[in-house]
Amino acid sequence: MSSVNNFVITVATANGSGSQSSNNVLVRTLFRMGLPVGGKNLFPSNIQGLPTWFTIRVNEKGFTARKRLADMVVAMNPATASEDMKLVHPGGYVLLSADAKLPESQWRPDVHVISIPFKKIVDNVTDSVKLKKLLVNMAYVGVLAELLGIPESALDATIEHQFGDKSSVIETNKKAIAAGRAYAAEHLKDVDLPWEVAERAGQNDGKILIDGNTASAMGMVFGGCTVVAWYPITPSSSVVESFIDMASEYRIDADGKKNFAVVQAEDELASIAMVLGAGWAGARAMTATSGPGLSLMAEAAGLSYYAEIPAVIWDVQRVGPSTGLPTRTMQGDLHAAYYLSHGDTKHVVLLPGTPEECFEYGQVAFDLAERLQTLVIVLSDLDIGMNLHGATKFAYPEKPFARGKVLSAEQLAAAGRFQRYKDVDGDGVPYRTLPGTAHPTAAYFTRGTGHDEAGLYSENPETYKANVDRLSRKLDTARLLVPRPVADVQPDNKVGIVTFGSSHEATSEARFLLQRNSICTNYMRLRALPLTLEFEEFLASHDRIYIVEQNRDAQLMSIVRSEMPQYSSKCVSVLHYDGMPLDPDFVYEQIHAAEMVST
Amino acid sequence: MSGETNRVGLNKTDYVGAKSTLCVGCGHDSITSHIITAFYQSSVDPYKVSKLSGIGCSSKTPAYFLGRSHGFNSIHGRMAPVATGVHLANSSQQLIGVSGDGDTASIGLGSFAHMLRRNIPMIYIVENNGVYGLTKGQFSATAESGSKAKSGLINSFQGIDLCTLALEMGCTFVARSFSGDAKQMVPLLNLAIRHRGTAFIDVISPCVTFANHEGSTRSFDAVKSHNVHLQELGFVQPQQEIKVQYEEGTTQQVELHDGSRLILRKLLSAEHDIANRDLAFARLNEARNKGEFLTGLFYWDKDSRPLGEQLALPARPLSAVGEESRPSREALGKILSRFE
Repeated sequence: MSSVNNFVITVATANGSGSQSSNNVLVRTLFRMGLPVGGKNLFPSNIQGLPTWFTIRVNEKGFTARKRLADMVVAMNPATASEDMKLVHPGGYVLLSADAKLPESQWRPDVHVISIPFKKIVDNVTDSVKLKKLLVNMAYVGVLAELLGIPESALDATIEHQFGDKSSVIETNKKAIAAGRAYAAEHLKDVDLPWEVAERAGQNDGKILIDGNTASAMGMVFGGCTVVAWYPITPSSSVVESFIDMASEYRIDADGKKNFAVVQAEDELASIAMVLGAGWAGARAMTATSGPGLSLMAEAAGLSYYAEIPAVIWDVQRVGPSTGLPTRTMQGDLHAAYYLSHGDTKHVVLLPGTPEECFEYGQVAFDLAERLQTLVIVLSDLDIGMNLHGATKFAYPEKPFARGKVLSAEQLAAAGRFQRYKDVDGDGVPYRTLPGTAHPTAAYFTRGTGHDEAGLYSENPETYKANVDRLSRKLDTARLLVPRPVADVQPDNKVGIVTFGSSHEATSEARFLLQRNSICTNYMRLRALPLTLEFEEFLASHDRIYIVEQNRDAQLMSIVRSEMPQYSSKCVSVLHYDGMPLDPDFVYEQIHAAEMVST
Repeated sequence: MSGETNRVGLNKTDYVGAKSTLCVGCGHDSITSHIITAFYQSSVDPYKVSKLSGIGCSSKTPAYFLGRSHGFNSIHGRMAPVATGVHLANSSQQLIGVSGDGDTASIGLGSFAHMLRRNIPMIYIVENNGVYGLTKGQFSATAESGSKAKSGLINSFQGIDLCTLALEMGCTFVARSFSGDAKQMVPLLNLAIRHRGTAFIDVISPCVTFANHEGSTRSFDAVKSHNVHLQELGFVQPQQEIKVQYEEGTTQQVELHDGSRLILRKLLSAEHDIANRDLAFARLNEARNKGEFLTGLFYWDKDSRPLGEQLALPARPLSAVGEESRPSREALGKILSRFE
């Protein structure tokens, strides 16, 4: 089977070996050639020496979700070379580093194994022993370029783009690539891969290849985030690091002052408390975290909900519970996020499924938090957040910041009596004032204890009930304001699929596979909680609904069961929870098998 | 006196809050009245003040003073980071926080220590009684070893000295006082209002209900009989005359940026210099070894830099930063080009 622009390459290395920039050069070159491509990094929770894999998928149809097996494995890591051979499907190719010294007896007979002396290839590129170790990675880029037919000019352009003005770095890397290319031209003439790369000039114009965390940070830089308090945790750290990086360049006032503040806190308890303090005083404040941090923030989440203080938590989910698998992906925080805190609480949860939405929600999260005066939790995950996805260049945001119902001194003077928790408009959202408002009636007292409409301490049963019932009304208002679900619906289809977040990529491909097998499906991707009317209509209008989630306990399904129980009998869960990004074949197989039984 | 207006045209009654619900005779209520006096004397506009607290008896008190200021009774042990957030959002707000020994020395110890490192500009008062009042009489982490609880239990653990800890963490204003000592507390608070960093005041404030018995090292009698003043403090507001005559050589005057003056009168035989951190440690350790409650101003770095300055925050509050901060279309294009 010879195919064009349709292959998966997995590079197996040890982390800390410097393979990241080589992989980046490779994947970006393919992207710049106009190919639909994605890159997924499977890495350990470790700094140096443990195995790591980078998978590049090129697919003419634009499907770049994870495939279980690759067409080619580049086995650079001696420690795992034998195991890494298993990552390729029968008939595939293994470029085996000769330096791994894997005896031929251990080579798989059903794949093409090509041994390549990478160390020797870069021997003459530099005299520096340290550099040589890094450059072997560029050597495999050169070998692959020659085998796949990637033009030299394309690689050169990427290298120049990536390394900017570091001319000596550019030269050395180009030399190492050339050495790899020369080796392949001389020794691998007979290798005839059954797939090839064909340039699609201009096809990726207007597109970028980006990870969700960077996109999120960009969204916050453009979306008016002013206060960030955080405690570093994988896989969310790069959200804040990218924010610092971009804000330090683009969020500086004319007088050189920074119109943002970032504090690395002592723990997540403090991070969220700083966010609440800042939100209370009127700033658009956020923290980025992952599962363990979210758990620590539970008490403050309840305060945000009950005392009605705007706040944003950007949770890049990893595998839990406990420390779990810190560098693997999961959608396991849905329940924790929606219900975070003791007592009756339900939070607004945003569910970005693409880098574009990570960018967009960088503003939307604050707009909602301030309009609703409450906590908004954004649930990204490691797959969206840290892997490379193709995306349409983000449109320049034009929307003004929604700052919500904040009364100025002038408005207070005109309004007469101000009561902090009075539902003046009937939407459950009261008015607030900010510290520093120069009016004698501006001040109020914020507390997490029971309070009446004026904010005064109260243990009165009717007052308590009226207050929490109003908070329910506020959630109903939120239902109308959150991002709507995205749907792909044909009136005749009776089977529906529901996803959220990173399940979109693989499920889109699974739908294509199902359709090829005459199973036509409708689709709805949720982009927020609470559940909206559109979702209810989708459930109502289908005979069977598959809810695809990356967790064991069917967390979205259980929210459906509790909030829309009348539809739960026709919902079927498709659950993937081994920590690996969702793969389309799994979704296809599950739904296909279920449909075979049903029809 | 209460009818007299201050420099911002307010009466002392403009600085009071809601009625206290604490036990009759609680030391915390005295502290509340010292706060009212100091803010009135210093002519601070109440709308420029944010009041903060954690959870506990002490943390209820911000409701009882400065009723025209925004107040935030937050989470147990999290007053420090909540205050940090308020400072980041609006660095022009004057912050005053009231915490307790449980709130600060146990559940909030980490947050407290780290706030000091960052030098958040705020008055941080610990109303320290060595006991958990709201949960009815358990020891707190500041209770002295050997102190007897109302239940009869003897505390076997070393008490945490919050002043020593504050010094160690880099606190730029460290003082201790006694709730009943208006003469010492009011000048301390007036100075703290003007400090550009964390002004920490550990106030021994006996619990009349759970720690005022024989054997408690924090009863009124025990504190009174062991209270030793490090110095006599006076505070003179801008344009105010110095009324008291001091003996030559015994007093020191420090002039502040706004023209107010701090007056320190030596009382101990041992020398003390409030600008000397090492001496502050020494005084505190000596007092601890002798079982004394040494009160006064131990350390003051009058040139300290608050967090907002370290972070190069703008003059306008971050809360007022709006769409004008959004980077340009060109900036977006430039950032996006990195990912082509």
